[in-house]
Amino acid sequence: MNDQQQTLWDFMRQQSDKLATQTLEHIGLTFVSLFLAVLVGLPLGILIARKRKLSGTVLGVAGVLQTIPSIALLGFMIPLLGIGPKPAIVALLLYALLPIIRNTYTGITGVDASVKEAATAMGMNQWQVLFKVELPLAMPVILAGIRTATVITVGVATLASYIAAGGLGEFIFGGISLNNTNMILAGAIPAALLAILFDFLLSRLQSLNLKKIKAATAALPVIIFLLALFYFIPSAYGSKLTAGFTPEFMGRQDGNLGLVSKYGLKIHTIVISDAVMYKAAYEKQLDVISGYSTDGRLKAYNLIVLKDDKGIFPPYYAAPIVRDDALKKFPDLEKTLNLLSGKINDSIMTELNYRTDYLHESPERVAKDFLVSKNLWRPERGGNAGIVRIGSKIFGEQYILANMYSMLIKGYTDYDVATKTGLGGTKICFDAMTNNQVDLYPEYTGTGLLVILQPPANVVNLVEASKEKTYDYVKKEFEKQYNIKWLQPIGFNNAYALMMRQKQAADLNVKSITDLKTYLDKK
Amino acid sequence: MILVRSLSKHFGKVKAVDDISFEVAEQETMILLGTSGSGKTTTLKMLNRLIEPTNGSIFINDINILKQQPEILRRGIGYVLQNNGLFPHYTVEENISVVPQLLKWDKKKTHHRVSELLEKLHLTKSQLQAYPNELSGGQQQRVGLARALVADPPVLLMDEPFGALDNVTKASIHAEFKALDELKKKTIIMVTHDVQEAFELGDRICLMDAGKIVQQGTPAELLFQPKNKFVRDFLNEQRLQLEFKSVTLKDLKHQLKKFDHNGFEPDASVWFVLEKLKQDGGKVVGFEELISAFYYYKKQQSA
Repeated sequence: MNDQQQTLWDFMRQQSDKLATQTLEHIGLTFVSLFLAVLVGLPLGILIARKRKLSGTVLGVAGVLQTIPSIALLGFMIPLLGIGPKPAIVALLLYALLPIIRNTYTGITGVDASVKEAATAMGMNQWQVLFKVELPLAMPVILAGIRTATVITVGVATLASYIAAGGLGEFIFGGISLNNTNMILAGAIPAALLAILFDFLLSRLQSLNLKKIKAATAALPVIIFLLALFYFIPSAYGSKLTAGFTPEFMGRQDGNLGLVSKYGLKIHTIVISDAVMYKAAYEKQLDVISGYSTDGRLKAYNLIVLKDDKGIFPPYYAAPIVRDDALKKFPDLEKTLNLLSGKINDSIMTELNYRTDYLHESPERVAKDFLVSKNLWRPERGGNAGIVRIGSKIFGEQYILANMYSMLIKGYTDYDVATKTGLGGTKICFDAMTNNQVDLYPEYTGTGLLVILQPPANVVNLVEASKEKTYDYVKKEFEKQYNIKWLQPIGFNNAYALMMRQKQAADLNVKSITDLKTYLDKK
Repeated sequence: MILVRSLSKHFGKVKAVDDISFEVAEQETMILLGTSGSGKTTTLKMLNRLIEPTNGSIFINDINILKQQPEILRRGIGYVLQNNGLFPHYTVEENISVVPQLLKWDKKKTHHRVSELLEKLHLTKSQLQAYPNELSGGQQQRVGLARALVADPPVLLMDEPFGALDNVTKASIHAEFKALDELKKKTIIMVTHDVQEAFELGDRICLMDAGKIVQQGTPAELLFQPKNKFVRDFLNEQRLQLEFKSVTLKDLKHQLKKFDHNGFEPDASVWFVLEKLKQDGGKVVGFEELISAFYYYKKQQSA
């Protein structure tokens, strides 16, 4: 894959600084959340053990929270708390809550009634019964709950990188976007080890005898609190502006690496998912973001693209890529897909993206409106001469393109269509294709070059010079290496771009990336 | 000492305890006897306010306990539970020291008192650091008793204290129970469904049924002057044994002329004496006289 075929160990050594930071962030994030979850969950569990009527409601609500998909929960948090650690911690806390509340409740209600009665009859008041009898006896069950919560939190915390909260997710999701297995493993293995380690340590705590557990229980909050402090250690940096880059952008030569090597740009950078990046820029949580030049939100949020005056972002012309065997199996397919070629330029694509991303029109509708306006739309034939499987990555533009292709195929041929949309990232999408799970999906020349083919640097420099050279190179190499054909380009160039808020860029007089560097270097 | 007036406890429509009144004199052992569901345990738990009464009043040493702070009240009343209710996460020593700790005794005093009780209850020093689950059932019950007695409360409530023990252990604990000087000065209210136990340990018995007291009195009164058929039926099983147990040498002293009193307390029961005589092989003078005195007494009582 990589030209030097580096091993996982090499990668981890090379990135040891980042790895250490991310691991500490991960541990910190886990335990801040856990600490708060215990702080909230334990009293709630005690409360519902006392007032059983409330137990149904409280456990129900905590249960519902648990079933919200993690990414969605992180998404809900952004309008409320912005990006960064705050929403991540709150989301993680909510996930950790259920096992803690439920086990506290079960533990306390499970204490032998005659023991509780004896405690009361000895003349203990409610609090004395709680602290001297109920909590110590419920402790093994409560610890089991905390243990479950810890493992859940270590796992879910990988998703925190989506909203710029750091942690090992940066490697995992960066690696998925970049098709870099070593990077995925460098994040996934430490995360798994952390889960196993904490689970083991807590299991030891749980199996201590009753006498030792008293001391251990007292020590636990202190330990959790100390581990939570890890999170605040790496955050000692300062910069005038804050940049939010996607994990994919962070690891790419035509991304942050190029910004650093070719422009010498030094900016305080946080890693964030592109789903929330634009909004965060609009809400002034971020100043500079790595967007796509045709993204509809560019228009929606009044952002402008900084000029790439040193030309580090290669062209990203979109074209459908199709398996050779699919083209043989469906002879009419190529002709049909090419109907779209040259029909969509940058501004049209931006407009279409604006309608889905910002006006929240459905991709089907946007696709159909466009085809109708170009006189390309035809009613479905309802044919059954085989099923074409269309894939798409997980962002709006790809959904629109996938819908257009689906309508064209249904209208112009006798084939039926199965869509597999929302495949998270280039690697997943491309693997689905090489494993014969999808027949075609829209891909970008730059991605094909830098993410999938990953040729040596001299080749990259050579073919990046013009869009035609890039297209020809990927077309040739895909055919040779993967038996996949690049059809004609659709027309638009969805390249990476650095973006800022229009007003801020005007105020600071920043028009190009060089301007940005000059501004940042000024004291 | 303890005065209970028109006490009731209703759980919804169920009248678990229905307007009962009784008195317990100082240093007396009063047994609340009845089948399950008769309301005896509910009655007992109202005395230390583990259950709050619906109606009625309870006075202990002329103090209306319903107006007292419950925690303070309970620290002055010993309580022994059927399943001993020992704290499994406390050692024997810690278990016994619970009430002194609540009363804020100093450590020396507590330790001294624990050692004293340990000896009286035939527990060993090495067991102090043991956890309850390392002890036998009989030993656990003794620790439970020590815990109730440690602050020397004047009143002791016992809820089926020997209910979980096997018959052999029970018999030996009964004997110890009666011999224990700590208990002789206490006013004790004990709940049991075991008629034999009630007759062996009780000075007086309240026989309860369906939340009401059917009859209260000494064991002999219940046996020989039953108020109704329920009382008679309740005691019918092993009636002879009960009769032997409830009649003492003191009761028969006018009929016993030749009987050799050597070694017997005046309040030893006929049952106890007969057991002894059987062991000695009938050498003691007056065996037959004892039997006939007993029957004479019984006839007189029933008349």
